[in-house]
Amino acid sequence: MNFQITKDPIDMNEMMDKVTSRNAGAVTLFVGTVRELTKNKKTLYLIYEAYEAMAVKKLAQIGDEIQLKWPETKVAITHRVGKLEITDVAVVIAVSTPHRNDAYEANRYAIERIKEIVPIWKKEHWEDGQEWVGNQLETVAYPSGKPEESDL
Amino acid sequence: MIQVHYFAHLREVSGLEVENLEAAGKTIAELKEMLSKKYHLAGFDTVMTAVNEEFADEETVLQEGDHVAFIPPVSGG
Repeated sequence: MNFQITKDPIDMNEMMDKVTSRNAGAVTLFVGTVRELTKNKKTLYLIYEAYEAMAVKKLAQIGDEIQLKWPETKVAITHRVGKLEITDVAVVIAVSTPHRNDAYEANRYAIERIKEIVPIWKKEHWEDGQEWVGNQLETVAYPSGKPEESDL
Repeated sequence: MIQVHYFAHLREVSGLEVENLEAAGKTIAELKEMLSKKYHLAGFDTVMTAVNEEFADEETVLQEGDHVAFIPPVSGG
């Protein structure tokens, strides 16, 4: 189970163990956490929601894409859902590769892809309101109703 | 019947997580138009659609038993 959605806190050691390999010379762990301030707005907490069945498939797809780009890589991704407080861990991406540069690059690739194709949403709760966050920069629209080939 | 799944703001506006509809034979575009009127949904044009857990385009024709999910711009990570 290298690709998971969970309601529970994510165990970092378990994530590390999932990608441990005798061929690996490097492991990168990306840990996404809940930030308090965004553009001077104070977040109280977040609610993450996922379309779990599809999200797990899309996380696995990201793993497959990484295998093609960086052979001999092991990948594990877990994203948490539910109510998360400031400093809580929302996502952990573990990547192991024979050489360190690939471990950094593949890990970066994974988080960027999560923000494009994995059906997970967060709702910000501020002191003075709440809102579902779309694409953070409002830079991506889907006029055809789905991501373009280049996005997938 | 097809099963329609709603998430994020669409879930709040429609007041539904899931509903069953007689919509086999319709395209995604037709279904979207029907539902945006029914629930007064704004910004439906930036919402992606998944059929049976895979992204699908607006011309996709729905089959009996399909699971359709509307996917607003995602914000995981």
